[in-house]
Amino acid sequence: MSATPATPSASEEAREWSGHTLEVRDLQVSVADGLVAVRDVSFAIRRGESVGLVGESGSGKTLTCRAVLGLLPATGHVDAGRIVLGDGDDAVELTGARRSTWDRVRATRIGAVFQDPASYLNPSLTVGHQLAEQLRTKRGLSRGEAHDRAVELFAEVGLHDPAGVFHQYPHQLSGGMLQRVLIAIAVSCDPELLIADEATTALDVVIQAEILALLRRLRDTHGLSLLLVTHDLAVVAESCDRILVMYGGQVVESGPTDEVLRNPRHPYTQALMGVATIGDWGRRRLDVIPGQPPAAGAQMPGCRFAPRCALATPDCTAGPVPVVDLGAGRTSRCLLADQLGDRAGDGAGSQSGHQPGRHPGRHVAHLDDQAVPA
Amino acid sequence: MSSTQEIRIAPAAGPGSPAGSAEAAQPLLSVRGLSVSYAPPRKGTHLGTGAALADADLDVSPGEIVGIVGETGSGKTTLARATVGLVAPAAGTIAFAGDDIGGLRGRARRDFRRSGQVQLVFQDPLRSLDPDLTVAELVREPLDIAAALSRRERDQRVVESLQLVGLDPEAVLDRRPRQLSGGQRQRVSLARAVSTRPRLLFCDEPVSALDVSNRNLVLNLLDQLRTDLDLAVVIIAHDLSSLAGIADRVAVFYRGRIVEQGPIRRVLEDPAHPYTALLTASAPSVVQEDRLRPEQLKSAADAPTWPAERGCVFAHRCPFAHDACADQPPAQTLPHDPARRAACHVAATWRDRLAPDAPHAPHAHKESA
Ligand SMILES: Nc1ncnc2c1ncn2[C@@H]1O[C@H](COP(=O)(O)OP(=O)(O)OP(=O)(O)O)[C@@H](O)[C@H]1O
Ligand code: SF4
Ligand code: SF4
Ligand SMILES: [Mg+2]
Repeated sequence: MSATPATPSASEEAREWSGHTLEVRDLQVSVADGLVAVRDVSFAIRRGESVGLVGESGSGKTLTCRAVLGLLPATGHVDAGRIVLGDGDDAVELTGARRSTWDRVRATRIGAVFQDPASYLNPSLTVGHQLAEQLRTKRGLSRGEAHDRAVELFAEVGLHDPAGVFHQYPHQLSGGMLQRVLIAIAVSCDPELLIADEATTALDVVIQAEILALLRRLRDTHGLSLLLVTHDLAVVAESCDRILVMYGGQVVESGPTDEVLRNPRHPYTQALMGVATIGDWGRRRLDVIPGQPPAAGAQMPGCRFAPRCALATPDCTAGPVPVVDLGAGRTSRCLLADQLGDRAGDGAGSQSGHQPGRHPGRHVAHLDDQAVPA
Repeated sequence: MSSTQEIRIAPAAGPGSPAGSAEAAQPLLSVRGLSVSYAPPRKGTHLGTGAALADADLDVSPGEIVGIVGETGSGKTTLARATVGLVAPAAGTIAFAGDDIGGLRGRARRDFRRSGQVQLVFQDPLRSLDPDLTVAELVREPLDIAAALSRRERDQRVVESLQLVGLDPEAVLDRRPRQLSGGQRQRVSLARAVSTRPRLLFCDEPVSALDVSNRNLVLNLLDQLRTDLDLAVVIIAHDLSSLAGIADRVAVFYRGRIVEQGPIRRVLEDPAHPYTALLTASAPSVVQEDRLRPEQLKSAADAPTWPAERGCVFAHRCPFAHDACADQPPAQTLPHDPARRAACHVAATWRDRLAPDAPHAPHAHKESA
C-alpha cells in the first residue's frame, strides 16, 4: 500500500462498501457558556474508508472528533444531533450514552491517537506493560498471552526490537516511536474506527510519512475506518479517500479527495488549496488567507465565510446557506457552488492533475496586499 | 576540512531572485568546526563521540534567511543554544561580527547574551510566554534586561516593535497570551525578539504549532523583518515547503552533523546527500508529481550495521552505504555547484545506483532561467 500513496482509490473496488462505521447527523456541540462551536455537522464513514477532516485551527475539527470519542472538555456539551457507531445489529447510539456504554466502546470499537503521544501514557510504567494491561482488561488475555500479543503488535507498527521496546519507559523513546506505541495500543482490540487527530503534525517529515503509511497499511489489513484530522491538505491528499472541509464549525465542502482537490467547489477550499503544500520547491511566495475565522459561537445569519470571501454578495449574508448536493458524492455549502470550479471537467480529462498556482486566484492574498489585522 | 574554502552566497535581493552569485558578503555569524557535547568527552575517545553537534560550519549574512532541517535530536537546537551562549563549545569557533563569542566565559558571556544582539524565538508561544504578563510587559522585558534605553524610549520601542509585526498596539498591549490567537501569540514572540533590535534572530520551530495560513503569515513577517531591519535570520523548521518559500539557503542536519547545505531551491530540487533526498521524498504534497519514493531511499531491514564511532552518520539507514562509508566523509564542495556542500562519499553518483524503475529525479537545468 505504501508504494502507491497517491491513489487510495486503487484498492477501492476490492473493499466492501456495505454499511457505515460511523454516522454523524446534525451534530451541534457547545463549549463554555453555550457558545456553539460545532453546528449542523453531518457525515458518514464507510467500512474500510479513510476520511480526512481539514480546516484552520479553531474550525471545530477536534471538538467534532472528541464528541465522537465522548471526550469533550468539561465545559463541552453535545446539544443536538446523533452519533451512531456501526450499523445493523451492531449499531450503538453514542449521543447521551452512559459511561458503561463508553467503556464498552472505547478501545474495542473506536481507537484514537493524538498529537502529543507522551501525555497519553503513564510515565512510570513501561510501554509494554501499558499495552499488555489493555489486552488483559479489554480482551481477557492471560499475562503471558498479553505479553506475546503486545510484542507482536509492536512489531506490526514497525518498532524495531519489539521485545526490547516492551520494557522501555515512555521517556526512553522518541516522539515517532511513542506515536507507534500509541497506535499499537489504539488498534490492539481491533476497533472498527481509528481517529487520528493531528497525530503526525509534531513529527519530522520522514517519520510523518512512515506513520501515514502505517495507518494506510492498518486500514488495508484490519479493514479499519480512519478519521484523519489535520490542517494540512497535503496529508489528506496522500492518505484519504474522502475529504471533509470544516470552517467556522461547519462542514463547508465534502467529496472524494481527488475530485475536491482537483476542482474545489467552495471558495474556502479554493483558498486552502492556495496555501497548501504543493511540492514545488521553486515557489518563492507564501500565501495566506486574509482575515480571521469567526470566533466560536459567533452569531452570523448567513455564510460564515462571507467576511473573507471575495465572491460574497448580499444574498450570502441574508440567511442560512444550505448544503448543496453536487452529485457524485460531493457537497458544498455555498450559494455559488454551481458556478464554481470547472464543472465540464468533472471526471473527464484533466489528467495532469493540479496546476500549481491555478487555484489560489483572487481568494488568497500575499502579505503585501493585505492589512494585517490586530 | 579547511575553513577557508567556505563559499559565500550573497543574500537574495528579494523573493524570486536567484541566490547564487558568489559575491563575497561579510557574514554576521560564522561558525567553524563547532562541536558541542553535553556530557564531557571521555579520555581517549574521538571528540565527536556522543557529541550533540560535530564539526559544524555555517555562515549567515545580514539580510539572509538560512533554514535548518533535520530529525529530532540532530543538533539543531544545540547550534542555537551555542550561538546565544547557553552552552559552551567543546571545539571550534563562533564568530559574531568578527568577534569570537564562542570563547567568551563568565561575565563576558553573560553581557553578550544580555545585549540582545542575538535573540531566540521558540515554537510554542503559550509555553514560552509568561501567561501572567501583558503583551506590553512581555515585549518590554528584553529591553529591561539589556537596560540600554530610557523608560520613555523603551515604551516607544514596545509600540514600534508591535507595529513591525503587524499588530495594533492599542488593541493588544494589555492582553495576556491566552487572550490571543496562535498566530497573534507568535507575532508577540517576534515583537519581543526584535525589541532589542537584534542583528541575528534564531527561530526554533517558530511555526510548527500553527496552521498553514498562520504559518505563512508568520514566515512572511520574518521575511519582511529581515529586509526592514537587515536581520540575519536562522529558522529551524520541519516543514520543507514553508521554508522553501522564504529561505535563501538551507542546512540539513543528521545526528549532530550538517550533511548538506546550499541554496535552498537547488538543494531540495536536486539533493546531493541521500538523507536530504529521503527528506524531500517524504514531504507530503498535494501534487503527486513524478518523484522519488521514500522506499527507494531506505536500506533493507537486514542491512549490515556500521561502526558507530567513525562511520558516516547516515550509514545505518543509507541504501548506498559501501566500504568507504566506514569513515565519516567531510563536507565537500560539489564539483558542479561551488555554492553547495555535502558530506557523502558518493554525492555525485548515488543516483546511478537507484533501482531501475525509479523516476528520474528533477535536475538543476530547471531552475537556471
Ligand atoms: N540539556 C541537555 N543535556 C543532555 N543532552 C542533551 C541536552 N539537550 C540536548 N541533548 C541531546 O543532544 C542531542 C541534540 O539535541 P538538540 O536538542 O540539539 O536536537 P534538535 O535537532 O534540536 O532536536 P528537535 O528536533 O527534537 O528539537 C540529542 O541527542 C539530545 O538528546
Ligand atoms: S455563500 Fe457566498 S460568501 Fe459564502 S462562500 Fe459562497 S460565495 Fe462566499
Ligand atoms: S557516505 Fe556512504 S553511508 Fe554516508 S550517505 Fe554517503 S553513501 Fe550513504
Ligand atoms: Mg530542537
